[in-house]
Amino acid sequence: MIQDTVTEDLLLRQPKFIAYLFATVLVCFLIFDPSQSIIGHLLEPALGEPDKSGLYGRFVTSFMLAVLMVLNLLAISLIPNFRLQVISVWIELLILFLSFFYSFDLSFEFIRSKIWFMVTQGIFTTLYVSAISIVIASFIAIIGAVAKMSSNGFAYAIASFYTSFFRGLPLLMQVYLIYLGFPQIGYVIDAVPAGIIALSLCYGAYMTEIFRAGIMSIDAGQWEGSRALGFKFSLIMRKIILPQSIPLIIPPTGNQFIAMLKDSSLVSVIGVWELMFLARTLGNKTFNHMEMLITAAMLYWMMTMVLELIQSRIERKYQKRQSR
Amino acid sequence: MSKTNQKVKQPIISIKEMNKYYGDFHALTNIDLEVNIGERIVICGPSGSGKSTLIRCLNRLEAHQSGSVNVNGVELHQHMKDIDKVRSEVGMVFQHFNLFPHMTVLENCTAGPMWVNKVPPVEAHEIAMRYLERVNIPEQADKYPAQLSGGQQQRVAIARSLCMNPKVMLFDEPTSALDPEMVAEVLDTMTDLAQSGMTMIVVTHEMGFAKQVADRVIFMDEGKIVEANEPIAFFENPQSQRTKKFLSQVLVH
Repeated sequence: MIQDTVTEDLLLRQPKFIAYLFATVLVCFLIFDPSQSIIGHLLEPALGEPDKSGLYGRFVTSFMLAVLMVLNLLAISLIPNFRLQVISVWIELLILFLSFFYSFDLSFEFIRSKIWFMVTQGIFTTLYVSAISIVIASFIAIIGAVAKMSSNGFAYAIASFYTSFFRGLPLLMQVYLIYLGFPQIGYVIDAVPAGIIALSLCYGAYMTEIFRAGIMSIDAGQWEGSRALGFKFSLIMRKIILPQSIPLIIPPTGNQFIAMLKDSSLVSVIGVWELMFLARTLGNKTFNHMEMLITAAMLYWMMTMVLELIQSRIERKYQKRQSR
Repeated sequence: MSKTNQKVKQPIISIKEMNKYYGDFHALTNIDLEVNIGERIVICGPSGSGKSTLIRCLNRLEAHQSGSVNVNGVELHQHMKDIDKVRSEVGMVFQHFNLFPHMTVLENCTAGPMWVNKVPPVEAHEIAMRYLERVNIPEQADKYPAQLSGGQQQRVAIARSLCMNPKVMLFDEPTSALDPEMVAEVLDTMTDLAQSGMTMIVVTHEMGFAKQVADRVIFMDEGKIVEANEPIAFFENPQSQRTKKFLSQVLVH
């Protein structure tokens, strides 16, 4: 997006807007009734016991929260620097989430005893299953995209049937179908290969469309220019069209990889020891379910953030190359 | 300027009774045309008259539906095996250059010889530099197309085609997308090429170029060849009403 050079007045500088905002927030809090929450307990000396404070308690706690929230918004809007603003909002949201998790009364001792195994076994498996699958899916996608654009009815039929089928079935069902279906025709397949096949086929179907769009967005003149020089189809594809579509294909493919990283949790149902499987099983014996789930959630999130970082690096590299 | 008389009349392109349709639209009607080796032909006409379509049929970027198109002794049709060979011998320069933006100027020029004619890299490099010198931009060899001006890009496109050592050069409105001050440098390059004896078919609105370089000027309208004549006769004594009207419109300025 291209920013305008003239910025409008900040809404938070208009008293009317602040009043509306305050009223809305207050109503929301009144509906949710925060009188039993931490703030209710903090105000216990003034309001008496939270569950007996009634409508008065409900209003006072809501009012306090609404004031805090609007003041906080005003404070953040006063930060002049964009970066600092972003960082402080991030930190606030993080604190909110962490205090939410903290309220579960987690056993950090238990998390500490299991986390190393979750990283070495769980993250490792999740990453390698996803990485192999995305590579296979990319190959499927190139072939699928070319077939979908081909004038050969046979190729088009197979490609469109494939994308329709694998986009139309829930991934979980595909995992089951491959793991439990193959033995029916006499071919017993291990859990990990079955998971990789399911993920590759499913994401290959989605990525076929991404690759097709990337290839289609290259100007027709590139095809004509290459044909006029006597290039054959495969040469045009490899040397002229794909190199130019890759910068367009990379952002959505990175997105797919991030999505796959988390969808790989579905292969836990067939017993692949990846992150989700460990999160469900490790806490079972001692009823520490929440600990393991939250740990796994944090690990998934961290992996995703690293991947997002890598993706933006790659994108920037291609942008630089284009502007040369 | 009857340059044709001195040349051996030997057709390199011959079109007979050629028709082309886009769906129901009759784009080209009964085209008959022979182009001899060394001949320079300029095709002009109002937009939508089929001039570009006609030259795009000559290397089969477009298909014709009936009649015959014969290029360098090879008949063009849907199931031919060696279209790539024909195309590699027919150079084409486009209105929008169609250079490969992810490759340097030099790579644009060496790609054809190396990938199609299997010329070794060192030799391809020599060929490319020879033609880049000929179009006067050897110093831009390592830049990317986007870093050049329109006129320079079009000259690279001409050099890229010449690297294939073509027997015929087709120009599809080569100066139409250029800023006015860059038209001259491209026309000069084309004039230079014409003087070296290259067979050329040029679709253009540059009537000065037609007068100066063409052996024959062809006027097209509504998918038909209306008039074809030597330039002096064509400009000074046009036969049909439509040619007269067209010329009065383009020669005003």
